[in-house]
Amino acid sequence: MSEKQFQTPNRSHDGCGCGCSCDNSNIDAILAKYNNDRGRLMDILIELQDSEGCVGEEAIAKIAEVFNMSRVDVVQTLSFYHFFSQKYRGKYTVYLNDSAVAEMMGRDEIAKAFEEEVGCKFGSVNEDGNIGLFSTSCIGMNDQEPSAIINQRVFTKLTKEKVAKIVKGMKNGDDVEDLIGTDVQSNILLQGPILTKDTELGDAIRKAISMSPEEVIEEVKQSNLRGRGGAGFPTALKWRFCRNADGEKHYVFCNADEGEPGTFKDRVILTERPQLLFAGMTIAGYAIGSDEGILYLRYEYKFMEAQLKEVLQQLRDKNLLGKNITGKEGFDFDIRIQFGGGAYVCGEESALLESAEGKRGEPRDRPPFPVVKGYMQQPTAVNNVETFCSVAKIMHKGAKWYRSLGTLDSTGSKLVSVSGDCQRPGIYEIEWGFTVQDVLNLVGAKDVQAVQVGGPSGKCIAPNEFNRKLAYEDLATGGSIIVINNDRDLLNDIVLNFLDFFIEESCGSCVPCRAMTVQYKRKIEKILAGKGVKKDIDQMLSWEKVMHMNRCGLGQSACNPVISTIQNFRELYNSKLQKEEYVSQFDLAAAIKESCETAGRIPNLGGNHE
Amino acid sequence: MSKVLITIDGKGFLADSEKTVLEVARENHIYIPTLCNLEGIKPQGSCRICTCMIDGRMMTACTTPVNNGMVVVTKTDELDKLRSKIVELLFAEGNHFCPACERSGNCELQALAYLYKIMVPEFDYIFPNRDVDATHPKLILDHNRCILCKRCIRRKKEAENPTWFVFENRGNHVKINFDHELTADMDDEMAQKAMDTCPVGAIIRKEKGYDVPIGRRKYDLHPIGSDIEGKE
Ligand SMILES: Cc1cc2nc3c(=O)[nH]c(=O)nc-3n(C[C@H](O)[C@H](O)[C@H](O)COP(=O)(O)O)c2cc1C
Ligand code: SF4
Ligand code: SF4
Repeated sequence: MSEKQFQTPNRSHDGCGCGCSCDNSNIDAILAKYNNDRGRLMDILIELQDSEGCVGEEAIAKIAEVFNMSRVDVVQTLSFYHFFSQKYRGKYTVYLNDSAVAEMMGRDEIAKAFEEEVGCKFGSVNEDGNIGLFSTSCIGMNDQEPSAIINQRVFTKLTKEKVAKIVKGMKNGDDVEDLIGTDVQSNILLQGPILTKDTELGDAIRKAISMSPEEVIEEVKQSNLRGRGGAGFPTALKWRFCRNADGEKHYVFCNADEGEPGTFKDRVILTERPQLLFAGMTIAGYAIGSDEGILYLRYEYKFMEAQLKEVLQQLRDKNLLGKNITGKEGFDFDIRIQFGGGAYVCGEESALLESAEGKRGEPRDRPPFPVVKGYMQQPTAVNNVETFCSVAKIMHKGAKWYRSLGTLDSTGSKLVSVSGDCQRPGIYEIEWGFTVQDVLNLVGAKDVQAVQVGGPSGKCIAPNEFNRKLAYEDLATGGSIIVINNDRDLLNDIVLNFLDFFIEESCGSCVPCRAMTVQYKRKIEKILAGKGVKKDIDQMLSWEKVMHMNRCGLGQSACNPVISTIQNFRELYNSKLQKEEYVSQFDLAAAIKESCETAGRIPNLGGNHE
Repeated sequence: MSKVLITIDGKGFLADSEKTVLEVARENHIYIPTLCNLEGIKPQGSCRICTCMIDGRMMTACTTPVNNGMVVVTKTDELDKLRSKIVELLFAEGNHFCPACERSGNCELQALAYLYKIMVPEFDYIFPNRDVDATHPKLILDHNRCILCKRCIRRKKEAENPTWFVFENRGNHVKINFDHELTADMDDEMAQKAMDTCPVGAIIRKEKGYDVPIGRRKYDLHPIGSDIEGKE
């Protein structure tokens, strides 16, 4: 590549009205690029933020005018996402990951180094407006933490020395490309049926279109494939519902939001096997009767954009995308990339569709389900990256082959992303049915206190359960496995971090999701401060039911870090509690001391007060 | 419109297939508590208080369309307990000093707290630092009392083009806002409508207030839901 992929935008920061001074000279061009289409608001905001470092008042006014929206309505979408800001975030914007594993790998020290070198605190921009420092939720690099995103480019395994070099380069005005070499590693440490390169380009698609769409769905059904995004819904059933739903147009969506902390397998697929993913999406298009696929890609993975677009173009050139694919009259299908703006909840499929429509990523009420009323109210099949790859392999090698892998209820293989306290963090493609201990042996984990299976929304299990199987029928996982050794303070390093994550990432609609998470945090802090009593534990357990009233999976599982650690590490909690059943935090004697003195009274408190 | 047969709390009802569980329950004088719901505006299950057991699962009555053969349980001790926890959470999350509030006695949140006989929430009061925006000529927006139900946002918007009320931020930083410029010419009737849409005292009309004396306010006389249950 002769031209640099990551140049530093000329954020002139002049007169945008945010209190800063950028010029917004390109806003008309950006609006025109998206045909002044309100539905593409996300793209417009992304381009403005990236080119200007903020979406200031003037830009908001212009967007509002063109789309006949109120200004507050533009802010309504804008303010939902991490990576958009009405305030200037600097010519270089550093987003340092604050996931639990990043903390375990020394994030605090790196944060300090950045603050010292740059000369401002996290959450702010330095004096000359050159560099902004911000924190962000897991960026999908747990196997190479601490890591940060600077103007779309990812820097991994940060050290103080690297930070010094990076900051020096930024102060010097260097292109991000030249700051230091980046080294996003794929770390594929075990290949299985999906990652093994034995499917030639076009094989799977040709096989699929030699059959009827119904036959394709039937083949997927025979494979017993279930969704790999976490919920495990049977893929064939989803496609059948979608195919049978009436609509002007059907859509295929690939969910590449990969926000569950500790998951990074979709990133590796997207960098290493994008052709397989696009083949799977194309097959889905054929099966449900759709001519448009959309890859919803988290903003954190913006660094892949050029490569993915190149792959898409190659596929078009080979007639594996576009019109009359592989010569099949009437089978048209193409794929575009839709970026998110930084919001974990957008991984929830209906929130993802809202976001893709240019709105706040708030999950929808169901029914109706996306297969009936999805993107633009049309029937839409949303599947995970890995699900599509599995489909492509199933098409190529047959349902029977696929069924021979894994267990009876969980057929096939699973990519797990392993991180935390182990020697070999990375991607392992295992067959379903492996035990947690099998995985620990593979990754070289010793002295293990706990394993977090399925990310914060999953479960934290203790050694006595390490013989449990990874399978839908036992321990289901979307792919995140975090190993926690005995040196860690489980409550402080893990539970509290996860609660902060949910508090930050809730869309804020449902009362229990928005407010109870904060209450859980208060309780854990109380216990960590040595002030907890048994009643606190009982209350936290009793609140679980209230959390199940939430609308979507985020809120329904946001109490899991607490509940599963209480269940599996009760002793740890007990050791931090006060002995008494109930300890009042209110000191009556102290509270009335002054007034009693003034009145010359000796209070009769009737108890053991002094 | 086709008809379906559904069972609510053990009794069978014939219902329009297009209606929600909440609507059908109401028509049949069964009160399911709500906060974010308001007749005439599109439901969005966000307060979660109307959660019922629907075919054995916890689902919000306001958003779930009826189905033939559906079995709904609207009231159990456990459901009431869970609902009361949501009411408590709302008190703990905001700043509600009822005696000084214009909506006291006419406030759905307060009325639900009475219904569930809530004395002291088991939750920590958060005492958040929230603003009061009194810069608009007709309305005061008191974020301390806002329960983020979005009724003002979802209210049918004939006059509101483009959108007046919106949600901002996310997580526990969400708040409502409205476009001061577009609403600058709002007349008294519209201001009253905006206030009436709010279940609590977060949207308050300027220049007029406390006009119903204590003792004659809406919920002084009848507990919330009694109009639906029809037992005055
Ligand atoms: C809060 C939340 C976040 C989610 N994040 C993702 C995600 O990042 N990727 C994903 O594929 N599915 C995610 N899901 C699951 C999706 O809602 C959906 O079930 C999935 O994309 C369907 O695809 P599948 O059937 O292929 O698994 C998430 C769900 C919730 C509730
Ligand atoms: S559960 Fe949480 S994230 Fe999901 S819709 Fe409700 S508030 Fe939003
Ligand atoms: S809004 Fe309702 S609950 Fe809040 S202070 Fe006013 S009367 Fe009390």
